[in-house]
Amino acid sequence: MNTLQTYVQTPDAKTAYDARWQRVMDCVALKQPDRMPTAFMATFWLAKYGGISYRQLMYDYEKTKEIAERALLEFEPDSPAPTMLAIATGNALEAIGYKQLQWPGHGTRDDQPYQYLDREYMKADEYDDFLFDPTGFYLQKYLPRVAAVFEGLEELPYLPGLHYFRLVAAVRLFAKPGVRAALENLMKAAETVDAWAGHHADFTRRIAAKGFPMSYVATAVSPYDLLADYFRGATGMMKDLYRNKDKLLAMLDKAATFLVRQTLASSKAFGHPIVFIPIHWAPDAFMSDAQFKTFWWPSFRKMLIGLIEGGVIPMPLWEADCTKRLATIRDIPPGKCIYWFERTDMVKAFEVLGDVVALRGNISPSLMTTGTPAQVDAAVKHLVDNVFNKGGKLILDGAFGIPDETPVENVRAMFTAARKYAG
Amino acid sequence: MADMTDQEQQLVTWLADMNEDDAFALAKKMLVEEGANPLRVLELCRNAMDIVGKRFEKGEYFLPELVLAGEMLENIGTIAKPLIKQAPGGEPKKLAKVLIGTVHGDLHDIGKNIVTFMLDINGFEVKDIGIDVPVQTFVDEINRFKPDVVGLSGFLTLAFDSMKETIEAIRDAGLRDHLKIMIGGGQVDDTVRSYTGADAFGTNAIDAVSLCKNWMGVAA
Repeated sequence: MNTLQTYVQTPDAKTAYDARWQRVMDCVALKQPDRMPTAFMATFWLAKYGGISYRQLMYDYEKTKEIAERALLEFEPDSPAPTMLAIATGNALEAIGYKQLQWPGHGTRDDQPYQYLDREYMKADEYDDFLFDPTGFYLQKYLPRVAAVFEGLEELPYLPGLHYFRLVAAVRLFAKPGVRAALENLMKAAETVDAWAGHHADFTRRIAAKGFPMSYVATAVSPYDLLADYFRGATGMMKDLYRNKDKLLAMLDKAATFLVRQTLASSKAFGHPIVFIPIHWAPDAFMSDAQFKTFWWPSFRKMLIGLIEGGVIPMPLWEADCTKRLATIRDIPPGKCIYWFERTDMVKAFEVLGDVVALRGNISPSLMTTGTPAQVDAAVKHLVDNVFNKGGKLILDGAFGIPDETPVENVRAMFTAARKYAG
Repeated sequence: MADMTDQEQQLVTWLADMNEDDAFALAKKMLVEEGANPLRVLELCRNAMDIVGKRFEKGEYFLPELVLAGEMLENIGTIAKPLIKQAPGGEPKKLAKVLIGTVHGDLHDIGKNIVTFMLDINGFEVKDIGIDVPVQTFVDEINRFKPDVVGLSGFLTLAFDSMKETIEAIRDAGLRDHLKIMIGGGQVDDTVRSYTGADAFGTNAIDAVSLCKNWMGVAA
């Protein structure tokens, strides 16, 4: 579906675009930028800013673009998030009958954010199936479990081993009612999902014309988090550390390989080198240092190296407090990644990682939502004084972007303080 | 527990060391084949859970061990509880009552479930009223259950306002002075505690146990 409109980037806008991009790239390369770059990652906060419901924000493409653009023009960040992909997801989720989220109109109220449903989407006794044939497991087991549009694919023939007349005969299974319905539903849903992607492409051009480069486009997940969040569920995964240790380790290693392949492909398709990787299961409080070094880090490090070698700039968001992990996650080539921290003390992160990665973050969510503009100003000054002005390649942002409930004046205070104290 | 047989000591050690298969096999053998007193076996389990809690406190154990410990306890309980013939008078008296739930608008429950489990094995009577709990439900449950402590859980930033509203409603119902309120969750800190009007906040299950023990005047 053609949702692209024509936008003209003026010479001034091009200069601004290039300067903003260069600021972030300088940070990645551990060079001094001309000023401290700022990032803008707002999701449902935009509904508050634009005076619409969360539901409208998820479904009304044009309204969402208009509000997001208005926010960019007001705050002038260097590195805005791909709003349409991150938040205008309602039509696409509905089209595929996505089962792993509740969202406004589908389990949550119109003024509530979407929430993930932590479940066992793969049973403990299915590791062998998944390990042996990941694609087959996806097609016939996983996909129908997580999205209604794939229901029916369970009836597909078992593909490995098909040959000669056996291969010819197996084609008849594609005429089964379930498979036929799934294929028809998929083609229909694909048009809606394609339209959503088209709105993302349109918004990218629209803001580029105003001088704003996207912070990232493709997203990825660590091998451990893929299995914990999307397959085994939180408690299932924790038990696997004891009950299915060897299979889990084999699966993590395998996942590192297929996640690199998939992420390189999506980064290339989007034509954007920075890949956002939200990290859920690395925090200090979640597992011991020994467990982290055994189960979490090796497969993610393998993935990071694969991505870096493929020309990608990984941007993991280390959620919660990962202070005890800093020495371990330092072990990557310098000048290739952005490490975004949520609750980890940024000054400490700078001390340990300042010569290895660019940093991003991390104004406290509780301060942003319940504090005053003066307190936000002081928090930004603290980061400028103790990180950026001491040589840290800091991209200023909220701890995980702008919390949904943040008063607008606190967001203004964050961007104003960034200019005031660091250019 | 001083007067333990070698076999009993073995069960406690295996449970505390996360040796699930051996511990379960031994507990089953004791209960089913040897006719051990089920209340005694459950007491041994509690003893092992004390060790697990202490190791968690010392930073030797983390969430995986708490989750596995909970599961081991549940599995042994499934065999032991139907074998209890006499009235469960051997159960120790509960320290205090704790009402716990995830505040309205928030559907997260992993942290709340772990806190519930840790409070339970530490001798508290815990009533868990689930997720996305409306303000009025908290008020009604406080009137019914008469807890000493109320725990409000929430992972999302929207929970800040939900916690504040819940605590205000508890105050408006005239119930605030009779109980302590603790909040917990991924984004909770002292700023949020002050904003919501809670008595204290915690960032993990041991914090919750310590808070409750301190409030009840029990040595932590």
